[in-house]
Amino acid sequence: MSSPEKLLSISKVSLAFGGVKALTDVNFHVNKGEIFSIIGPNGAGKTSMLNCISGRYQPNQGSITFKGKEMLGMKPNERSDLGLGRTFQNLALFGHMSVLDNIMVGRHHLLKNNFATGPLYWFSGAQKEELEHRRAVEDIIDFLEISHIRKSQAGTLSYGLRKRVELARAVALKPDLILLDEPMAGMNQEEKEDMARYILDLNEEWGMTVIMIEHDMGVVMGISNRVMVLDFGRKIAEGLPDEIMANEHVKKAYLGEEDELLMEETA
Amino acid sequence: MIALSMRPCGDFRTTYKADTQIFETSTIRGVTIASIIALCFAPLVLDAYYLTLFIQISYLAIAALGLNILVGFTGQISLGHGAFFGFGAFASAWFTNTFAVPVWISIPLAGCFTMAVGMLFGLPAARIKGLYLAIATLAAQFIIEDFFARAEWFSGGAYGAAAESVSLFGHTFDSDESFFYVALFSLVFMYIWGSNLMRSRDGRAFVAVRDHYLSAEIMGINLTWYRLLSFGVSSFYAGIGGALYGHYLGFVSAEGFTLMMSVQFLAMIIIGGLGSVQGALLGTIFIVLLPEVLEGLVGMIAGSGLVEQGSLMESLSYFKEMAIGLVIILFLIFEPDGLAHRWKQIKAYWKYYPFAY
Repeated sequence: MSSPEKLLSISKVSLAFGGVKALTDVNFHVNKGEIFSIIGPNGAGKTSMLNCISGRYQPNQGSITFKGKEMLGMKPNERSDLGLGRTFQNLALFGHMSVLDNIMVGRHHLLKNNFATGPLYWFSGAQKEELEHRRAVEDIIDFLEISHIRKSQAGTLSYGLRKRVELARAVALKPDLILLDEPMAGMNQEEKEDMARYILDLNEEWGMTVIMIEHDMGVVMGISNRVMVLDFGRKIAEGLPDEIMANEHVKKAYLGEEDELLMEETA
Repeated sequence: MIALSMRPCGDFRTTYKADTQIFETSTIRGVTIASIIALCFAPLVLDAYYLTLFIQISYLAIAALGLNILVGFTGQISLGHGAFFGFGAFASAWFTNTFAVPVWISIPLAGCFTMAVGMLFGLPAARIKGLYLAIATLAAQFIIEDFFARAEWFSGGAYGAAAESVSLFGHTFDSDESFFYVALFSLVFMYIWGSNLMRSRDGRAFVAVRDHYLSAEIMGINLTWYRLLSFGVSSFYAGIGGALYGHYLGFVSAEGFTLMMSVQFLAMIIIGGLGSVQGALLGTIFIVLLPEVLEGLVGMIAGSGLVEQGSLMESLSYFKEMAIGLVIILFLIFEPDGLAHRWKQIKAYWKYYPFAY
């Protein structure tokens, strides 16, 4: 088997808020076509890691390269052009917009009409463009099975549906790499199964590479190609799901025991 | 789940084009177009008083829509809208007087010029929000007012500036009857412009910035640009409205464009409905007609001989100011979403009658 193509590589990324070190020297890479999961106890720095990739935080040092391009110093809104999409841990929908408009916002960087050509709707080609993208958005709506709520106000939906709309909005960005921050938090078993199915389909049929933060070990171990474990801002393990399950450091991190072996290694 | 659509049963849309119309149903569209056509005949029937009211509503409603794009849709605040309105009036007069630009070109030109000035004063919005932005735009109001008073080359200083009447193809629109058509055309044009803006890319971006700016940024929306652009578009509308005002009166003087006017614009969009194109128009109609109705009422009471006539007419101007204040408070308490929302509820009531929901 030829060595897989690296889509994203993170090397020696450190992030500190004053004296609090959120991330320390984290290295990893994500191959094209993978489902890569990040797990770890609360406060381990998982979301901080995602925020560094999506541009919310600028790491103090290290480098993040995506498709061979250095992303450090790039604004968050420029990263969507490169092919990066994400969902949020705490819902971040545009509450007063309809579901449809929410997803259409995801097409923002693909649309070309602006404040001058948009209002000349019928004459500037804006209508044609909008309708083409509407078609693409409807494909996503069909795929995620939210067609019955497409005209509803996003802020009034149930939690599970909102999560799904958020996923739809991220998918609308047409990303090559999609970052999912706890896509299944707060869902019941059935919703979790649906969501796992969607993530697998996104990966296999839509060809998206996925980085996922998730606490449900059943899901993580079931659908991930590789798993990385963070604890106190450090990477303590990375590998195939089975390897992670058997890893001593990981067990100790989750049980909260002192890990003398690791402390010696990293000291 | 609140459905945003209010289509009647059986009104199915089978194409995406039919699903993205400005008007919700063909009936509403028909009624709107019919009333616009009916309005075209208004100068033949109505007397000058009503035409003046309509013209006043037109140029104020254009500016109010601009403010609603900034405040209602983008979630920013501006206390300097009255000054931008004035800037448009002076700029258009200046273009026609100094460079002999035809009026029908100078009006959109004044809009663009005001847009540039608005974006300049909107620069703080890139960094600050809420109350702090309110104070920054308050500064804009005073700076521009001071500019009107001092820059005699631009505004004529204390004397004010003369503004020519609109003329097109040899026809001069200098009477109430003829300017009515200019006002009607501008109103319809600018409202179509606004409605189309809100259903295309940049309009959605404005609302996204308002609702959740962090995730808007991740969706590829440049926050700084859209916050600025929102000031730009809002000032563009103010400039157009102001220019129409100037060319209607034939004379522009700096006294009218005070903070009071900015607050009045805010009152219009709060009463009409924040974040609604239709609301800006409804709010303007309300604010313009309120003093007129009050005057009528006071006249009626005075005429009935219940109170001494002189004192009541004297306090009329106070009544007007107080009524606007009172109405804003009542709306904020009972209908914070404005007349546009109230209208929707009335429609929903009829749609679902006899059920409550």
